[in-house]
Formats: sequence, C-alpha cells, structure tokens
Amino acid sequence: MSNVPAELKYTAEHEWVREGTPVTIGITENAAEALGELVFIELPAVGDRITAGTVCGEVESTKSVSEIYAPVTGTVAEVNQAVVDEPQLVNNEPYAAGWLLRVDVEDATGLLSAEEYSALLDA
Amino acid sequence: MTTTTDDAVELGEEQPRRSPLHEEHLALGATLTPFAGWQMPLRYTSDLTEHHAVRSAAGLFDLSHMGEIRVAGPGAGRALDRALVGTLSSLAVGRARYTMLCAPDGGVLDDLVVYRTGPEGYLVVANASNVETVLAELQERCSDVEVTDESATTALVAVQGPAAAGILERLISEDGRSGVSGLRYYACTAALVAGVEAIVARTGYTGEDGFELYVSPEDAPTLWRALLETGAEDGLVPAGLACRDSLRLEAGMPLYGNELDTTTTPHDAGMGRVVRLDKVDEDGEPLDFVGRGPLEARAGSQPSRVLVGLQGLGRRAARHGYAVLVPDGPVVGEVTSGAPSPTLGYPIAMAYVTPEVSGEGTELAVEVRGRPEPARVVPLPFYRRP
Repeated sequence: MSNVPAELKYTAEHEWVREGTPVTIGITENAAEALGELVFIELPAVGDRITAGTVCGEVESTKSVSEIYAPVTGTVAEVNQAVVDEPQLVNNEPYAAGWLLRVDVEDATGLLSAEEYSALLDA
Repeated sequence: MTTTTDDAVELGEEQPRRSPLHEEHLALGATLTPFAGWQMPLRYTSDLTEHHAVRSAAGLFDLSHMGEIRVAGPGAGRALDRALVGTLSSLAVGRARYTMLCAPDGGVLDDLVVYRTGPEGYLVVANASNVETVLAELQERCSDVEVTDESATTALVAVQGPAAAGILERLISEDGRSGVSGLRYYACTAALVAGVEAIVARTGYTGEDGFELYVSPEDAPTLWRALLETGAEDGLVPAGLACRDSLRLEAGMPLYGNELDTTTTPHDAGMGRVVRLDKVDEDGEPLDFVGRGPLEARAGSQPSRVLVGLQGLGRRAARHGYAVLVPDGPVVGEVTSGAPSPTLGYPIAMAYVTPEVSGEGTELAVEVRGRPEPARVVPLPFYRRP
C-alpha cells in the first residue's frame, strides 16, 4: 500500500501540497510508482504564475509521460533543481528530497485530505 | 496528473490469464500489468536497472504469454511456404527464421519466429495478441498437415544479455553443454537445463546475445529459480515488459501494433527481405503464397511511406501516435514507438514518414504535446551490441 502522509493535502490527480509560506508541492508515491523510474522532469521557472487545475509541467519515464497539474494558484517561488538534475529523487523520496516546487499561494482551496486521497486510491 | 502510457493491447473484460510463473513474480514483488489478456510483470524493481542489467550482464524474462503453434506432418514445410511470406521448407532442422503472416492484400497479420524442430515439425511463435488469428489462418492455409495450439502447455523463459551464455552453460550437464555453447544465432536444440527438458534457442528481442527456453508449465518454476540463483553472481536480474520494450526499441526491432499492423506491408517496415518472391513449388514454378500479388507489386513500386529512426535533439521524447513535421512545415509522418533511450541518454523513436524526408540526417520535428521538438533521421538500429 502506498504511503499517504496524514499532514499533507492532495489532488485527485496525485499531487501533494505541504502547507506553509510558501507551500511545497510534489507528486505522490502512488503516482511515482505507477510511472516507473523518472528520467526527465520539466517544471515552470521561478516567477511563473500557475493556476490550480491547469498543466504546469511534465514528468517522463521510459514507459510513460504525465502532465503535472498545479494543485494551487500562485507564483513559483522556488524550483527544486535537484530533481531536474536527478529525476529519480522523485521515485526514491517523493515527499522529501523529491519535492518539485515552492509556490506563493493565492488560492489553495478544493484540496483533499489524506483520508480522502487514500479512499480514492482504494476505490 | 494524466498519464499517457505506450502500452500493450488490453483485450476484453475477461479475467486475465496468469503465467505458470505468476507465484514467482508475486514473491519477487513484481508490478503486474494487463498485456494481451494476460497479467504479466511490468517491472520488478526499476525499468532502468533492468534495462541496464540486460545490456551489461543479463536479464531473465517470463514470456509465457507468447503463442506457440505446432505445425507437423509430411509436407509441413511446403504448407508453411504457402501460408507465410518466407521459405520455411528450406530451413535446416535446428534453425529458426524471422518471418511474417500476411493477409491476401499483403497487410501484416503477425510477425513470427519459426523453428524447425524436426524433418516434419515446426514451432511457430506468435505474439500473444495475435495467437487466435495466427492459429485460424494456419489451420485454414495448412489444412493438409497438423496445426496445434500448444500455447497453454508451453512456458517461455528468456535469458538475455552478454552473461547469458555463461549462466546457461552452468545449468547444463557436461554432455549437453557443447551443443548449447556452440549454438549459433537463430539456431535451436533440445537440452536438459537444470534437469528440465527444454528447447533452447539462441534468439531474442533485446539486441543482446541470449537464449529463449521453451519448457512445460510444470517445469517453468524450477528453471526460473535455477536461472535466478546461478545468474545472481553475474548480475542477472528478473526483467519486466517495460524494459523489454525499451530494449527492442533501441535495437530497432518492430513491435506488432506499433510498427506493424494489417495496414502495413513488410516492405513498409523495411522488412522486405523476409518476403521471398523467389519461392518455387515442386515443379519449379513461382509459388503462390498468400499475399504474393500485392507484395510483388509493392516490392517493385515507390513506397508512400518509409520507417525511419529519429534521434530527439531535445529532452522530451516522442511517443506512439505523435505527428512528425517538417520544421515549421506540414505533417510528414507519425511516430510508431518512442522513449528516452536508457542506453544512449537521449530520446529515440521510430516513425513512418514520406520518402522525401526519410534520408539520413534530415532535420524534422515531432509535435510533443503541443510543442514541436527537433529530431533528426538516423539509421536503425539505434544500438548495436559491442
């Protein structure tokens, strides 16, 4: 069973959000496992505006490619260069060193709790 | 996230079939995937690790989903000459040949490996998704000889990679060893491997040296465990279908459903050499095999499209179905398979394009999810073993 940390918020599209100023976002362990080992990540640049529910990047394994949907609306404050250089960090530590973006948030409504996201995975 | 996966044919709502090695896969913690009505290992640990292991050491594959059809009896070779595009009657006993089954219009119904196991016995190996088609066509086209579906009573295990021969030799008793270590590429022999009766063939779908072992389902777990155990010291790992696909793509090998289908002729796929227009019957007259007329016409005409290799010059990989363009120009083709190449470190793809833009070095672009990525036509295969 996939690890779904209780302190995070989630989207149905398998992104996670850690609250804070700015918030941190990434993709869930379940998503990373389904994709296989990542070989390429494309992320927006610092200062780019992202809008909740729209595509803000993509992750690619040998077998698959996935678009990353912004879980929140706001401005990118920091990009995790370590995962761009070494995408496998997302597979190894999806909730820690494998984070993707830090975002100055304007709107972070409509996210799922860990319980709700887990229920979705079990469905 | 929304995920696009270059995957496998998924058939029907029926309960997926399980390999005789299903329990082994579960014990190894495999991620399973539906594949042509079967539930097969996608990966055990990581696609990349398994891919690199096959290139540098060895990988162990369960291919029990593949179809095995026995064609036997007096005249079996002649019957296959009429049914398939190749000349199977001239195949020596103990040798194998890559060939195709075509429709009367020349379209490819399946690509096959055919082994001659005896003077009047052939083993036809078909893709899992096409077994029923191949069986029905062979039964109709070879009605004078015995055509039997042995898929359910045959397990197939492949050991592929530079260390494969050394690993396999250790599991073969001394008297049988020379027969296997001396086995030529595309040759086969009967042997006892780890005490298990097997047909051992030096064939594969990875671009590496390697062997495919046909055994009974009851014996498959014994063979599987023996190979894993003895191969561990050489770096052999169990390997799933994900790396099988990236390995065959690097090796420029076609996959039915991607590079080949009923709308494709062998010539379109650059495989015109498998179509033997020089086949003759008992009286020395040109042999009328299924698809001959259209294929003869196709062989002598200018093709409307050509299968080429593309090297991606950016980071984002082309995938199955993406459009190929002239930079800032019109659509000139479509990608059949594509992925970031684990061995080469850049994106690679195969694509059908119009002949004018098929020349080596031609600069093209692939529309990758709304943004063109530059690509260059390169010769196939992308990777050739050292």
